Amino acid sequence: MIRLADIRFRWRSRDPLVLDIPELVVDDGEKLFVRGPSGGGKTTLLNLLGGVIEPEAGTVSILGTEIADLRGGARDAFRADHIGFVFQMFNLVPYLPLIDNVLLPCRFSARRRGRAGARPDIEARRLLAHMGLDVERLAGRPVSHLSQGEQQRVAVARALIGTPELVIADEPTSALDENARAAFLSLLMEEVDKAGSTLIFVSHDARLQPAFGRSLALGEINRASPGG
Amino acid sequence: MPIVSLALKSVLNRAATAGLVVFAIGVSVALLLGVERVRTEARASFANTISGTDLIVGARSGALPLLLYSVFRIGNATNNISWKSYRTIARSPEIAWTIPLSLGDSHRGFRVLGTDRGYFEHYRFGRRNRLSFAAGAPFDDVFDAVLGAEVADRLGYRPGDPIVVSHGLGASGISDHADKPFRVAGILARTGTPVDRTVHVSLQGIEAIHVDWRHGAPIPGLAVTAEAVRGMDLTPKTITAFLVGLKSRLAVFGLQRRINEYRAEPLLAILPGVALQELWDLMGTAEAALSAISVFVVATGLLCMMATMLAGLGERRREMAILRSVGARPAHVFGLLVAEAMALTIAGIAVGLGIFYAALALAQPTVSASYGLYLPIAPPTGRELAFLGLVIFAGALSGAIPAWRAYAQSLADGMTART
Repeated sequence: MIRLADIRFRWRSRDPLVLDIPELVVDDGEKLFVRGPSGGGKTTLLNLLGGVIEPEAGTVSILGTEIADLRGGARDAFRADHIGFVFQMFNLVPYLPLIDNVLLPCRFSARRRGRAGARPDIEARRLLAHMGLDVERLAGRPVSHLSQGEQQRVAVARALIGTPELVIADEPTSALDENARAAFLSLLMEEVDKAGSTLIFVSHDARLQPAFGRSLALGEINRASPGG
Repeated sequence: MPIVSLALKSVLNRAATAGLVVFAIGVSVALLLGVERVRTEARASFANTISGTDLIVGARSGALPLLLYSVFRIGNATNNISWKSYRTIARSPEIAWTIPLSLGDSHRGFRVLGTDRGYFEHYRFGRRNRLSFAAGAPFDDVFDAVLGAEVADRLGYRPGDPIVVSHGLGASGISDHADKPFRVAGILARTGTPVDRTVHVSLQGIEAIHVDWRHGAPIPGLAVTAEAVRGMDLTPKTITAFLVGLKSRLAVFGLQRRINEYRAEPLLAILPGVALQELWDLMGTAEAALSAISVFVVATGLLCMMATMLAGLGERRREMAILRSVGARPAHVFGLLVAEAMALTIAGIAVGLGIFYAALALAQPTVSASYGLYLPIAPPTGRELAFLGLVIFAGALSGAIPAWRAYAQSLADGMTART
């Protein structure tokens, strides 16, 4: 379970508040769609959930752990162990081969590595195949040669390896065309279901909303109204 | 460490840039090693050139010129010593042995030294090593010659071969003593000193080839055959210098003063150790300058690496953000860049060692022949390894600056760097 309470955040003490969220609760296994315009504090919210930034007030609790109670290194380790991320674009490390990109979280988290099975590389191939990628054809290529849609699917495989409890997706479809978007979304849903993970999906695109169990607008829960 | 293999893959991915940086560091490291090796070997070979000799005596000039021409076969004596003075001094009671030296002729670029058989008995180099024969024996006949190892190697001589001595130090053919050829009687084992580049003949031999010469040219109409000359009195009238060994070293300063105050002609006696030290000190400045330059060249190579890494940071922000999102700490980002810098430096050192040994193998014969400096193709010395360790440390330090920038950048960017 994820619970945010009385969160307030601003970048610098003289700046206006970016986030002011009295409460946000996401249940285990829930698929939450968070709608918001770009610049509406979505990115800040994700950094907060990931433990990369700290709120000036309030608590962020993920899977029963108070993120604020953890020290910097422990927060990074917690993120590695329990959260998978998919970003809008450029999700891949250009100098790593396909499989190594998927295995990246296993480098930083023994827990994820352990949960990926005895042969994490086989698990990586399985996930890639499930995401509809022809691993044999793509594995030898530099990842920067992959299409945008292929790269996003690799990013999902990476977010899911070692079955983290929480998957956070930040506008993962905005770089894709209409057809690719629909296919991507259903694959993502399917795999998140299989892993039994909680999904928080952030987008400005309200058309995606119906696929999710619950949806809310960031403006509804965030009393701060950052410009833009 | 999850970071090391990442760093290697990252470096390999930018092979073109990384290759240039590695090459730049490699060249600088090769230079550093080269200067260091030449310096050490020059110093060692220098100190080892002559030992066991208590005094070197020549016509009065300076201590350095005397040392240079008598021991290093560099330059020329401005004046000679009369045979009479030599014999007078040589009879002093405190003297155990003397070796007369007569210079001025050459054979195909190698100096010819007239001396006597005492040379093979008393001359010492390095840690009091005697001269030993690789083949043949000391000269016996007037026209016998004993070759240094380098002379024999380079010119392919074997005992029994004839050789023609040229007058003066020019190339052969201009003024040869072709009418009185010598025969190779023996070849000395390699010493790593100027002895290797010397053709030794007897004083009588030197005298014999000059019997019919005056003022550096054959006397017109007076040609004495090699056979006829054997019947003549071949006692030299002058020699260039002589080496002195004492029965007791305690006598050295007394004898030196007596020689320096010798009435019949102006002489100079020097202590080889003191003169060697003076000469080395003279070169010390150049040596230090050379070392300083090579250190700066390495610094330049590392700066070049640092600049390349700093320039690349901007386009790597996204990569750092991805690493942060999968759980990398800012410290990992710092470590990644330091590891990359170290990988580049170590690769540079490997390339540098390659260049260094290739250059050594190429230059060794030339340097040995032209400068009498034998550069061993040996594994790096402790001191050289220590230098390489310092280079790696300096490389890591140079990497710390871009690493610090990336660290600060990734703290600010978090997981959400655009671009």
